Amino acid sequence: MITANAVTKRYPEGHEALKNVSFEITAGEMVFLTGHSGAGKSTLFKLLAAIERPTSGSIVINGQNLSALRRNAIPYLRRKLGLIFQDQKLLFDRSVLDNVLLPLSIVGHPTKDAPRRAQAALAKVGLPGRGKAFPIALSGGEQQRLAIARAVVNRPAIILADEPTANLDAASAIEILDIFRAFQQVGVTVLIATHDPLILARLKPRILRLDKGEMSEQMPDQPLAGATP
Amino acid sequence: MSAWFAQHLTALRDALRRLLAMPLNTLLSLLVIGVALTLPTAGWLTIENLRKLTGDTPGVQQISIFLALNASQSEVGEIESRLQQASAGSWRFVPRAEALKRLQEAEGMAEIIGSLPKNPLPDAFVVTPADSRPESLESLATSFSTWPKVAHVQLDSAWVKRLDSLLRLGKLIVMLLAVLFAGALVTITFNTIRLQILAQAAEIEVAKLIGATDTYIQRPLHYFGLLQGALGGLCAALLVTAGSHLLTPPVAELARLYGTSFTLQGLSANDIVVLAAIGGTLGWLGAKISALIHLRRIS
Repeated sequence: MITANAVTKRYPEGHEALKNVSFEITAGEMVFLTGHSGAGKSTLFKLLAAIERPTSGSIVINGQNLSALRRNAIPYLRRKLGLIFQDQKLLFDRSVLDNVLLPLSIVGHPTKDAPRRAQAALAKVGLPGRGKAFPIALSGGEQQRLAIARAVVNRPAIILADEPTANLDAASAIEILDIFRAFQQVGVTVLIATHDPLILARLKPRILRLDKGEMSEQMPDQPLAGATP
Repeated sequence: MSAWFAQHLTALRDALRRLLAMPLNTLLSLLVIGVALTLPTAGWLTIENLRKLTGDTPGVQQISIFLALNASQSEVGEIESRLQQASAGSWRFVPRAEALKRLQEAEGMAEIIGSLPKNPLPDAFVVTPADSRPESLESLATSFSTWPKVAHVQLDSAWVKRLDSLLRLGKLIVMLLAVLFAGALVTITFNTIRLQILAQAAEIEVAKLIGATDTYIQRPLHYFGLLQGALGGLCAALLVTAGSHLLTPPVAELARLYGTSFTLQGLSANDIVVLAAIGGTLGWLGAKISALIHLRRIS
């Protein structure tokens, strides 16, 4: 589903954020990307979302080579991804429901059906009936759920989440992870960037570890399906 | 097709919502655009009215043929038959006695004329040519002057020519004004759209990140420019119509003092539609340029 081959990202000022990184994630897998801050997690996230392009190497998502992607094809790639940003990027001037309606409007989803679909997404992340509230009225954990609802409302095959549990207490973090696991169980490929050791210790998942731009891999100690929350 | 239509409808609704969200700003923008469009429109209307005024005045297109004082009755008949042959239009014969009588009726003239030993006025023909173009009037007058016993041919063509070129100059000035203010309208829209983009930077950034195409982001901005321009055009129509309503009574009074009747022509429904369409097109253009330039800065 996601294949990275010898990916290097060098910024104009000479800093090498990713060095010769290769990995493969198959469909339906849930993989964690970890490492200290500044290790290159966010850079990799940006490359996968086609926000930036690799200096060399190739990234193939769902059969599409991102390096060969034309500028006007990028929006169509992003529609297949459920992106959850570290700073969430919620729109605070509109209601919770309107935030979730935005991706549907972008793909031209029928206006009549859109609210029903958005409500379903909100229910799935545990925010049923909160559509009329404004994001500012939500707790940190609830805001993160809203960000997830917006990412999944178009039913993407891949979810990319950048530090989705940062700034959350342990209980909220576990609830958020359960939501991701529920999506993985219905076949969605999930890649989560995190540096939260608690979560990794708990789930014992497949981990891609970045250290100063270099990647090492750690296979799961036990099958993910058997992991208990 | 219906999805395409729905997306346009959404964009239009979005643009309307943004216009209504800041009513004072919108009102000011509309007023500025309205005033910018009012000046060339008013100029155009003035020229149209002047053209109508001159077109309605038959006196301008008359040629007077004055015969020699010693012209006999048969010689008058000769001129008459020549006019018939030339099929120059309609004409009227004014005998010298009648001309004198009319002059006596004019205020203050009776005394002067009474002191004259004999009638100094000649017989005359007043010709209203069928073809009233200045060039053909000129050639007609030239041919009249070669006829026997014709002493003088009077043509007001110089006046017509002068007015004609004056109108043409006026038209050119209005056109230049129109170009200038069209530029102003595009600039005004350019700036409002720039402010819109700044105000919505967060929303635009998120939309791009989750897969919005440039078209999706630009569409409501284009509609915004279009609506603002078209409403500005209607605003200008309102201003011009109000102005012509205010001017109608004094113009009619002036015309009455000159012994004619003239009603000022205001904007027709068709003119208003055209004005709104021009405003809309220019607004759309300004929005398009602005969106192209300013959206590039949001990655």
